[in-house]
Amino acid sequence: MLGMSANSVSYNEQGSVESGVDAAPWFLCRNEDLKEMLESNKESLKLEAMKRIVGLIAKGKNASELFPAVVKNVASKNIELKKLVYVYLVRYAEEQQDLALLSISTFQRALKDPNQLIRASALRVLSSIRVPIIVPIMMLAIKEAATDLSPYVRKTAAHAIQKLFSLDPDQKEHLIEVIEKLLKDKSTLVAGSVVMAFEEVCPDRIDLIHKNYRKLCNLLVDVEEWGQVVIIHMLTRYARTQFVSPWREDAVFDENSEKAFYDSEEERRVDQSKPYIMDPDHRLLLRNTKPLLQSRNTAVVMAVSQLYWHLSPKHELSIITKSLVRLLRSHREVQYIVLQNIATMSIQRKGMFEPFMKSFYVRSTDATHIKTLKLEILTNLANEANISTILREFQTYVKSQDKAFAAATIQAIGCCATNISEVTDTCLNGLVLLLSNRDETVVAESVVVIKKLLQTQPSQHSDIIKHMAKLFDNITVPMARASILWLMGEYCEHVPKIAPDVLRKMAKTFTDEEDIVKLQIVNLAAKLYLTNSKQTKLLTQYILNLGKYDQNYDIRDRTRFIRQLIVPNEKSGALSKYARRILMAPKPAPVLQSAFKDRDRFQLGTLSHTLNSQASGYLELSDWPAVAPDQSVRNVEVVEPVRLPLRESESEENSNDSNKSSSSQSEKSSSESDSEKKKKTLKNKKLQQQKPDSKDRQKRIRSTCLRIMQHNYSLNYYLPPQIIQKTLNIMTKYILIHIVLSISSPFFVNCMCSLLHLCVFLACQFDAVSWPVRVSLQASSPVFVPETSHELLHRMTGKGLSAQYRFTRQPCIYGNSMVSLQLTLSNRTDQALENIHISEKSSTGQNIHRFNAIERLEPQASVTVSMGVDFNDSTQTANFQLCTKEDEFSVSIQPAVGELLLPITMSEADFTKEQGKLVGMNESSATITITPENVSSQSVNRKVVSVANLGVIPSGQENIYRFAGKTVSSGSLVLVSVALKDPDAMITINTEKTVMGSMLLRQVKTALTNSGP
Amino acid sequence: MIHSLFLINASGDIFLEKHWKSVVSRSVCDYFFEALERATEPENVPPVIPTPHHFLINVLRHRIYFVAVIQSEVPPLFVIEFLHRVVDTFQDYFGVCTEAAIKDNVVVVYELLEEMLDNGFPLATESNILKELIKPPTILRTVVNTITGSTNVGEQLPTGQLSVVPWRRTGVKYTNNEAYFDVVEEIDAIIDKSGSTITAEIQGVVDACVKLTGMPDLTLSFMNPRLLDDVSFHPCVRFKRWEAERILSFIPPDGNFRLLSYHVSSQNLVAIPVYVKHNISFREGSSQGRFELTLGPKQTMGKAVESVLVSSQLPRGVLNANLNPSQGTYTFDPVTKLLSWDVGKINPQKLPSLKGSMSLQTGASKPDENPTINIQFKIQQLAISGLKVNRLDMYGEKYKPFKGIKYMTKAGKFQVRT
Repeated sequence: MLGMSANSVSYNEQGSVESGVDAAPWFLCRNEDLKEMLESNKESLKLEAMKRIVGLIAKGKNASELFPAVVKNVASKNIELKKLVYVYLVRYAEEQQDLALLSISTFQRALKDPNQLIRASALRVLSSIRVPIIVPIMMLAIKEAATDLSPYVRKTAAHAIQKLFSLDPDQKEHLIEVIEKLLKDKSTLVAGSVVMAFEEVCPDRIDLIHKNYRKLCNLLVDVEEWGQVVIIHMLTRYARTQFVSPWREDAVFDENSEKAFYDSEEERRVDQSKPYIMDPDHRLLLRNTKPLLQSRNTAVVMAVSQLYWHLSPKHELSIITKSLVRLLRSHREVQYIVLQNIATMSIQRKGMFEPFMKSFYVRSTDATHIKTLKLEILTNLANEANISTILREFQTYVKSQDKAFAAATIQAIGCCATNISEVTDTCLNGLVLLLSNRDETVVAESVVVIKKLLQTQPSQHSDIIKHMAKLFDNITVPMARASILWLMGEYCEHVPKIAPDVLRKMAKTFTDEEDIVKLQIVNLAAKLYLTNSKQTKLLTQYILNLGKYDQNYDIRDRTRFIRQLIVPNEKSGALSKYARRILMAPKPAPVLQSAFKDRDRFQLGTLSHTLNSQASGYLELSDWPAVAPDQSVRNVEVVEPVRLPLRESESEENSNDSNKSSSSQSEKSSSESDSEKKKKTLKNKKLQQQKPDSKDRQKRIRSTCLRIMQHNYSLNYYLPPQIIQKTLNIMTKYILIHIVLSISSPFFVNCMCSLLHLCVFLACQFDAVSWPVRVSLQASSPVFVPETSHELLHRMTGKGLSAQYRFTRQPCIYGNSMVSLQLTLSNRTDQALENIHISEKSSTGQNIHRFNAIERLEPQASVTVSMGVDFNDSTQTANFQLCTKEDEFSVSIQPAVGELLLPITMSEADFTKEQGKLVGMNESSATITITPENVSSQSVNRKVVSVANLGVIPSGQENIYRFAGKTVSSGSLVLVSVALKDPDAMITINTEKTVMGSMLLRQVKTALTNSGP
Repeated sequence: MIHSLFLINASGDIFLEKHWKSVVSRSVCDYFFEALERATEPENVPPVIPTPHHFLINVLRHRIYFVAVIQSEVPPLFVIEFLHRVVDTFQDYFGVCTEAAIKDNVVVVYELLEEMLDNGFPLATESNILKELIKPPTILRTVVNTITGSTNVGEQLPTGQLSVVPWRRTGVKYTNNEAYFDVVEEIDAIIDKSGSTITAEIQGVVDACVKLTGMPDLTLSFMNPRLLDDVSFHPCVRFKRWEAERILSFIPPDGNFRLLSYHVSSQNLVAIPVYVKHNISFREGSSQGRFELTLGPKQTMGKAVESVLVSSQLPRGVLNANLNPSQGTYTFDPVTKLLSWDVGKINPQKLPSLKGSMSLQTGASKPDENPTINIQFKIQQLAISGLKVNRLDMYGEKYKPFKGIKYMTKAGKFQVRT
């Protein structure tokens, strides 16, 4: 039944114009009918209608105007109907965003369903609806699903992460949190999907893998095959950053080291560099992937092969050969990809595939691209031992009916001939025989290859040149004719009798030749004129005259040039002396090399390798590190149990300390020793926990400071006020400041400050040792606060109330992630305005800290208030309502990207270190021509800090200016550097927030290119 | 990963499209059509085609191009393997994978594609799991569904998804418990003019059809496992056990599956079961050519060579062929110049032959190459490598299953150069 209806649809379709007007009335009535069916009470009718609609979608027909009718059925009990509605929804939701929102509540309900399949499919559809408004709902759903009991739902959550990321990249930070959580998942079902999400969202966060590395290696065999591919590719990348190279020069030597030991005296052993010992984790990866070479999935086998290629010691590489050759039995497309990879491998390591040479023999039924690849591999595999077999095989190919393939074979023979000198003569003779072939392409290709070969050793081959001259009349392919002429000219001294005769013939046919042949005729004439001017002078004159009036300007130019060069006259004195040396210079022989030579810059098995050009999203495989990074990062300890006892012991120690310090009161030295101890404790703690997340870190610092305070509050010594001030400044970051300020007694303030100073001292010690990130985030005061204020509400629209705002560039006191704003409200009416406030209901997502309502504003008076807005690191406008007693005005604030930052200070070394971490897609840069008045250091600094709220980093290098800041909401680093290279300047911005980075780049660019203040 | 999928038939019509992310306009296929036009044969279309914004990865099966649209870096084999898996699934569901079958079952196709990929990443490709989610269409089920209003779509998560044996569902029940294994070997060979073997190798597979109740655990052992040089397994096979004891131990999927594919080590001499005597010649200056072909059995271990089919791509200059087969029928397509001769069974007493003349284009020069002859054949009850199954045991269930093993040898890519 369905089949019939589908057919009738297609008939009608083919008759009418695709999107034409004629189709419209037909569509209308058709869809009316479907609409009716969808609105009926009968499930079967609805189902039938949905099936037809899916048929329309499958054919690519537009069925979007049925959206309202379809979306009603989203809550249907019939599961098949529901699924079809889902299919429809995912297809059209992007186009009909408002209507799509109607279905959201159904999914939210389904997310709580006891049936895991329903939960999962609800999440799938919810996350597939590409409607930006529901991003927060999606985020919430993903977070919830990531902790679901069912691994299937968690898997779906991992997929949803990628969808949300592509919909709204700003959610990256939150998504990374979810990925981090899911990476810890022990289910094999989840592993592949979450690694996929990792690769898509944050491939540079290799630190998230450390703890999960061993688990992933061990789970790998049980993961479903598609997941295996993704995980293996990711682990390849990981391993290249974490382990040292197993490809040591002395690797072979090491294998025989036992022998060497017996042979030689002790000293020699000592002299030897430390033998390479493979990291056990490196070995684990190789060991656990090896069985996967037996997988039935070709993608898995290829993935393992590339892993071995990029990671294993050279002598272990041979195990992949058989598996790769096995893949050649698979489908045509698989063969194509595998052969490409083998071609790249065979250039570097012939030995690997030589025993399997016969597997690469070409069959007449192979597709052309497969034939060419096999030819390529055979050429790469050729060596002295097997060349005769290969050449015999090539002879068969030359006779192939597929002439393009025959031509490629001739090229391959040429390659073999240059690479293996023993067979050069044999090959040449074979090629000369081909010159009498009936097929033009074969002959042409042979001539071209012979030409290349002769260039390497011309003297012995004058008879070949003679032979070619004899055949010349029968050859019609221009490229071949040109090649022969070039050979004649180049080696005219070897064939002194024949060359002038050829020139004579050519003079006759000059006008009928192709352009490239004409050029070579002119060339030949010139060369003969120089070597044998007696015989050819007139001929040359004639040809040059012909060339002078040729239609092609290249030939006219060449003729003019040659004439000036070779015919001596008064004008061209100097150059013609060198004519012989110019024209008859010995030319280097062309190098015949494989087309796959440069492909090894790409990771094997990737799309980029196949295309030999970088595809978007290609992740570079890094070089081996010279020194292995810390191995212990992969040690998995159960984190919680380790931490807790540690804390206890620490507090014990602390209590001891307090006893001690109370016993030795008001002794500076004791406090010092005290602090020393604490330092040790902290260091110990640091060693235990390698990667605490930032919140945790802050909390710990805070608690440490507090504890020190508690212990030492009896101490009392004086600190100069400027130090107090400094300490306070630095410690603003920690909420500690509130505690200090809340204690009013001067005695307390003093001792607090000393303690704070201690804390700062400790914290600095800390940072220098282990937490580079923390140092870098020292907040500092803004370098420059612009005075300009922006209009928020004009007095005309505000019925007399006018408002202006400006960015104070100070850390906001209302919340850590808020940008602080100063609002100036003025009353331009002649009556007092009452109860000025911001309405409670905020229209957009931003979190706004409102100013306290102003009870009364007298006429012509103005008042300044401050407020905070959490822009969430985006330049979206914050919309809110400014209300008076009578009226409401909608106003909006659009922040410039530079205002979403807070300045920070850091050392130059830290800056470069952080910059080094934020490369790749996190880096945006541009080169500009700087206006002269901006060249001085002050003006660059001024320009940049006026555009963005950044801190200036003292720079050791001249002409490089560095600025650092962090985003207000997420605290991500933003590093700006301007390198002046007169008259250009290179601006580089490094930040995880790539969107902000590029916006900032644009603004800095305009600031530096514009003249004026 | 995979953005969209387009199905294109031999005449270049897009007859199905499916998008997993934002919709990609079907105009992207124009790049594919361009490549198709450039290719002389349908097989010559490059599998990976770059376009300014996307990459098209295509596979050709059953005269249908499956074109996947990719936007960023992905291992190409991943996509190719997946597309082949899609085709296999269609074949499994509808019996054949043709344009008509896909169009008739467009809703099931859509449901399948929806389950197989989520956001372009494979979700469920195991046929066992898919069949629980979407039941294959049968006439009986269609009738029942229309009467009872039940659907083809499963309401519960397939048990396989979560278990450690995702390939097998729980609660399988059969009245007749049976397990059949087919050992099928293919010979790939290139024979040169003089009849000597240039290259020959044997590839084999063990296909199984297992219909057993419950959760049986099977072990299969070979008499001569050393023959197997390189193997690849269905995921159900326990690799460690194979490494240690050379025994295949596995919990089988339900129904048909490929247990094992193998390659017989190249050290062993490969027995070539047929020989060809040929005499194909063209004379210079004459518009006639001679064609003689005789087939004969060789090293067949006493088994009959059946279903023999000879095909050859004759040179372009050949206008027609006037041949006389001693048995079977032959056809010659003057457009594609493809000669095929359906021989049938080779009778060792009376060798089949095909003799006659070819007429050439007048004035055309003599073709400089003789055609290659492709041969297909089958030999029942013989694994040419000599591989033999020793025994099959079942653990974990109490009943006694019916067991059967079948051997067969086929020609793979068997070519004779003349």
